[in-house]
Amino acid sequence: MKRYSAFAVAREAARYHLGWERAWASPEPKKHYDVVIVGAGGHGLATAYYLGKNFGITNVAVIEKGWLGGGNTGRNTTIIRSNYLQDPSAAIYEKARSLYETMSQDLNYNVMFSPRGVMMLAQTQHEIRGYQRTAHANALQGVQTEWISPARVKELVPIIELKGPRYPVLGALWQARGGTARHDAVAWGYARACSAMGMHIIQQCEVTGVRQQDGRVTGVTTSKGEIACDKLGLVVAGHSGVLAEMAGFRLPVESVALQALVSEPIKPCMDVVVMANTVHGYMSQSDKGEMVIGGGADGYNNYTQRGSFHHIEETVRALIETFPMISRLKMLRQWGGIVDMTGDRSPILSKTPLEGCFINCGWGTGGFKAIPGSGWGMAELMAKGHSPLTEAFSLDRFREGRFIDESVAAGVAH
Amino acid sequence: MLTLHCPYCDVQTDETELTPGGEAHLTRHGPGSDDDAFHDYLFSRANPRGVHFERWRHGYGCGKWFLAARDTRTLEVFGTYEAQTTEPPDHILAAIRDKRPGWTRAS
Repeated sequence: MKRYSAFAVAREAARYHLGWERAWASPEPKKHYDVVIVGAGGHGLATAYYLGKNFGITNVAVIEKGWLGGGNTGRNTTIIRSNYLQDPSAAIYEKARSLYETMSQDLNYNVMFSPRGVMMLAQTQHEIRGYQRTAHANALQGVQTEWISPARVKELVPIIELKGPRYPVLGALWQARGGTARHDAVAWGYARACSAMGMHIIQQCEVTGVRQQDGRVTGVTTSKGEIACDKLGLVVAGHSGVLAEMAGFRLPVESVALQALVSEPIKPCMDVVVMANTVHGYMSQSDKGEMVIGGGADGYNNYTQRGSFHHIEETVRALIETFPMISRLKMLRQWGGIVDMTGDRSPILSKTPLEGCFINCGWGTGGFKAIPGSGWGMAELMAKGHSPLTEAFSLDRFREGRFIDESVAAGVAH
Repeated sequence: MLTLHCPYCDVQTDETELTPGGEAHLTRHGPGSDDDAFHDYLFSRANPRGVHFERWRHGYGCGKWFLAARDTRTLEVFGTYEAQTTEPPDHILAAIRDKRPGWTRAS
């Protein structure tokens, strides 16, 4: 792999950019790999990357039904934060956030991490108490957050209306080191680094069955033939239930559509991420100038990746109350992704009833921010059989009643 | 927008009038049942990519629960029926097989 650098840009500029090589190779699948990861989204690629980087396991294939990063990795609102209440969540999300800080250098790929700050507005008395509690919990967990006053909110976000008729802004939970990153670049950067380690990224290859013998996984059946493996990682977000059925077990997961939309580009007006949980809306401004808006999830099972119009209407109607200046903005486009929701709204990173088969799913509405931490923990789990980061997120926690109740995980009320 | 027929009011209703209630026909395990059965009742869900049976409440109408057979991949609705049953009625199953030949209901 040729490294990207200022020198490389200058060198290529001098020769009409003819020397750039492909970021990752597209090989034909081999007959056998040590590890097969299903799903080349952020979480799958990060798992493969840390398997190679931290554990030296590079005989790995990452299999993708569609195209790389074409699922929820390319459909989210790119927010990165770690202001969670429960200890296991704070640990894995804070690990992820800290890895984002150095990801561009680590991967030699600019993921445009922008630690611009994430603000969660408190608009009811209940939220004031809730966020103050979170701020105290974060202080104990070593996650830097603080409770800020409405005056400080206005200072950070001049376009905000504090005295909204129905939902006044009463303060906010502020995480200065949270922010955004370029979501596609995260997938592309990991893919390039994996490919450079000799791993195979196989796109347009659908898994149609999981092969097993004596309760142990032996490989997968795909649209490109059979591929044998010693260990299998299922990292397919919304379609986890479909894969789990192939492997012969059920998951405590339901798939619903979550949608987002962007406005036409406007001049810079808001340089932090604002989440308004009471009214189900969150907003940030992209580097292109578009206002990126996310809303609530549909309440019913759905695999259509499009979402419903009345949810957009609810989200935008509520945000206009808090940000009156966006009322004349035209919305450019809208899209949906299929998110996998668990009973306690926390993810599952776990061994499964099938020996040698591991699952990473259930990130629900907040998976992007967790990508590096999730990959880090999942790689350790797959390589060593246990990981302190993933221990609490095991599949049997539902059976044993050890919930990690983060029903505010997406910053919206589910 | 998803529209469903309320079998009690006999009207076609928008999803904004309705409250989704999750998977239908779950066997409700209670005290005395073993841990696995109770776990499955509380948490395990079919979550199919295709034909799905689910509960809906006509919240802004009659307020009653009814059941629907729907395709989660296409949003096609095969039919709705009253909730006072533990199994999908034959005419619903026939409507599904009519549109999805070869479909069988997972146990």
